[in-house]
Amino acid sequence: MMTIERRLADIAAPPAPDWARLRAGLAERAHAEGLLDVAYASVDSPLGVLVVAATPAGVVRLAFDNEPGDAVLAELAARLSPRVLEAPARLDTVRRELDEYFDGRRTNFDLALDWALTGGFRRKVLDATARIPFGRTGTYRSVATAAGSPNAARAAGTALATNPIPIIVPCHRVLRSDGTIGEYRGGSGRKGALLRHESGRDAAPREW
Amino acid sequence: MLTSATLPPFEQVVERHGLDVWRFAVSQVGRDRADDVFQETMLAALAGYPALRDAGAVRSWLLRIAARKAVDEFRAAARAPVPVADPDGAGLVAAPEPADEELWARVRSLPTKQRLAVALRFVLDLDYADIGDAMQTSPEAARRNVFEALRTLRQRFGPHAASPAAVLSGEGPRR
Repeated sequence: MMTIERRLADIAAPPAPDWARLRAGLAERAHAEGLLDVAYASVDSPLGVLVVAATPAGVVRLAFDNEPGDAVLAELAARLSPRVLEAPARLDTVRRELDEYFDGRRTNFDLALDWALTGGFRRKVLDATARIPFGRTGTYRSVATAAGSPNAARAAGTALATNPIPIIVPCHRVLRSDGTIGEYRGGSGRKGALLRHESGRDAAPREW
Repeated sequence: MLTSATLPPFEQVVERHGLDVWRFAVSQVGRDRADDVFQETMLAALAGYPALRDAGAVRSWLLRIAARKAVDEFRAAARAPVPVADPDGAGLVAAPEPADEELWARVRSLPTKQRLAVALRFVLDLDYADIGDAMQTSPEAARRNVFEALRTLRQRFGPHAASPAAVLSGEGPRR
């Protein structure tokens, strides 16, 4: 016969679907009560799984899978707030717009952005970058000029390399003055895939 | 020095300790009310989390909150009639009741401190120092509460391998 001690230990965890629903309910209540400072979700894309995070102000971070997810979340906790929860429903609009973009049905994003992870000159460079339309490209020098410092092409490069919201803030549209592709936070293969997608040469960006 | 800058994302707290909070809640208030205790615990923890000084103490801190919320819910349940189950089951975790419902009914009739202590000891496998932490009492008081709970449960459910004497003589938890 089982001991009382063993019988007391016997409460099972809930089945996975119920647990997922309970977790989702927690995230929604946290949001409703103003306690969800950073919501995040994984989003499938042709360029791999993306981690997308938003604050109540807007989208604050997008990361490709060449950055470890744990490190991305740890950075958000340290720099913004440790009140970070996975909350897929909070990212539904972002997910839909990304899907439409990759399907070729959307050429610009209609999303609120939170610039909390950047500032100063970098912010100005990213603002200038966000105005480059779908299918067009700029250079490091042109975005530096648009940001008010024509001689700061190198600093503009740094700003783009640390863009916290790639794809949505289209830093992939900024090339070197000699026409070569330049670096990219998600790797130059992904940058090339996005440029081919926007030039119409690929129906959808492919794995690089 | 540990500051809030070293706190991991709260998501990690839910991942590592959430299921234990839920199982503890079932032990205290039953399956139908466990979801509420889980959510109230996690929301209170989320509210206070940025002020937590020591990231290493997060588990005992979380269990203290869970113990408090379980006692609140237990008292509310004692005053209120048993709720009618939501017809479409929304918001209710549909896990089976603990198989041993008769035993759990007896646990829930124990005095509050014994009820908490015996669940922390055997559902979550805490040692007496950690039970003391979670209940904000001494390890000795925690051990005494577990002993009294087991003695009461044995009167109803018969003799068993680990005797109350073994608990009192300092035989620690199996690790």
